[in-house]
Amino acid sequence: MSLVLKKVGEVQKMLNEKDKVFQNLHGFQEPFIEGALKRGSWSNTKEILSKDQNDIIELVKTSQLRGRGGAGFSTGLKWSFMPKNTGKQHYLVVNADESEPGTCKDREIIRNDPHTLVEGCLIASYAIQATKCYIYIRGEYHYEYVQLEKAIEEAYDRGFIGKNACGSGFDFDLYVHRGAGAYICGEETALLESLEGKKGQPRLKPPFPAGVGLYGMPTTINNVESIAVVPTILRRGPDWFKSIGAENNTGTKIFCISGNVNKPCTIEEEMGIPLKELVEKHCDGVEGGWDNLKAIVPGGSSTPMLPKNICESVLMNFDDLKANGSGLGTAGVIVVNKDNDIAEVIERFAHFYKHESCGQCTPCREGTGWMHRMMQRLVRGEISPEQIELLENVTKQVEGHTICALGDAAAWPIQGLIKNFKSELISKYNKKLKAS
Amino acid sequence: MSSNHPGLSNNFSRSGEKFSWSKDNLRSIKNIISKYPKGREQSAVMPLLYLAQEQNNNWISIECIETIAETLNMPKIRVTEVASFYSMYNTRPVGENLVQICRTSPCWLRGSNKITKTICRETKCEINDTSDDNKFTVVEVECLGACSNGPMIQINNDFFEDLDEESTKKIIDNIKEGKPNVIGSQKGRRSSENA
Repeated sequence: MSLVLKKVGEVQKMLNEKDKVFQNLHGFQEPFIEGALKRGSWSNTKEILSKDQNDIIELVKTSQLRGRGGAGFSTGLKWSFMPKNTGKQHYLVVNADESEPGTCKDREIIRNDPHTLVEGCLIASYAIQATKCYIYIRGEYHYEYVQLEKAIEEAYDRGFIGKNACGSGFDFDLYVHRGAGAYICGEETALLESLEGKKGQPRLKPPFPAGVGLYGMPTTINNVESIAVVPTILRRGPDWFKSIGAENNTGTKIFCISGNVNKPCTIEEEMGIPLKELVEKHCDGVEGGWDNLKAIVPGGSSTPMLPKNICESVLMNFDDLKANGSGLGTAGVIVVNKDNDIAEVIERFAHFYKHESCGQCTPCREGTGWMHRMMQRLVRGEISPEQIELLENVTKQVEGHTICALGDAAAWPIQGLIKNFKSELISKYNKKLKAS
Repeated sequence: MSSNHPGLSNNFSRSGEKFSWSKDNLRSIKNIISKYPKGREQSAVMPLLYLAQEQNNNWISIECIETIAETLNMPKIRVTEVASFYSMYNTRPVGENLVQICRTSPCWLRGSNKITKTICRETKCEINDTSDDNKFTVVEVECLGACSNGPMIQINNDFFEDLDEESTKKIIDNIKEGKPNVIGSQKGRRSSENA
């Protein structure tokens, strides 16, 4: 399939209000059942559930929905990996362990529009023949957990879920499981371990969860946003979803913008909106003006930062960010201006990864600590050009040598820093040298 | 004064008192276990640790672990492992208000350092310390997932967002004086809309 990306300035208008999937993202309307019904949730769920399961998977595939949790894998394709008619208990597990620094989108869905998620869980579970679904929500989101539990209770009371859900003949149970402050549980197999009542340490793959997942049964794990957009895709049709964004980068997307902007916010926009437009139009620009921009981390802490010249024109979608040496990740956009030390931004990320390493693989357990200590020295201007090269080298020894991607996630931000600001880091060292 | 976050310490201790479930919690436990398949009761260990912590003044003693292990028919070491792995289970007593300050880059870029200073000054606590009157325990934590509303803190279950030094001081003052606080944005935002 050819990649047709819109150029900056071409067709880019703000996303039409009526094309927003999350009509109550900011909670100005009633979040619960009355509001949800008005917004169209649950309106023809029975009809959707009368479709063949494979047809639903095909429709989601056709929409080109890519997972919103970071990896950007086709959601429909993922569902199609589930074995059919095994006679075993299948599970859908929804990853609401939103912990990637810079990311706060699922929180808004859960607390302000929880029925989109509950309905999505039902439909997705039906498609993969799962009669049970667990939503794993991060422990710190206590208020969001309470909101979600209330929405689920409402859905049970109305017969939307439970036995004979929506009168479809499909029995479905939905449970919420709270995490307890471990970033690693956002990794899908660590999440399964945690759900089974163990330490959240990632499993080796294969076997993949679709074959051997929760309690050893076929399991699909999806992000909250991926699941919550499914009812609307099925209602309005995959062609509607595809009409937004570009080929293979379709639909709407929730972006969370934080850091040095005048008005940080969370906003649903067209996939592929230019990064500059996102910052200028929705956040009232960079603190101190666009020229005061240093760099932007486009997709949560683990994606490498982009220097200003790339920020001028890059589009916020999977493929364009990848082509520019970064990634869409979770679409947590962290803006850094020139008033802050870019090295310290990354040093804090390094601290984060050191703190969150589960300790299972040596390169990550030892590497994240070592990289953090080097980053601390780098912030103080205490590491020489040779040592900067050593640091870069070590990040590459960690990357790709661990069971899960936390090692990679710890390495990439440092690589991004060195790639874009090496001369600045060296002059920091020289300055310190002169001063002493 | 202790060297680290109460949720990160692996030094469990005894409270010296037997821990047995309250009547309400016994009912909740039945309900919780029913969420998981038969034979998979171990899945309930995290919710039970939360219940125990709530009943036990916000910390997990060795007695709590023993009771949970007995309830779920698990080896004690498996419960201990889970309690020490996850940072939200406090392995030592904490003050009435556990103040967690987000220190990760998005909040730091918007001035979390000033928030930390204000809180330490107003509560008379160092980081990882509990105040003399046992009102506050102050810790620095990693990203709490409210980045578009940074800088932010969490006090017990509540998020306080869009902070500055003045609003932070006000929150602490209100707690000291037993007055209620408005949770969420301190700048009047509904959630994380552009405003």
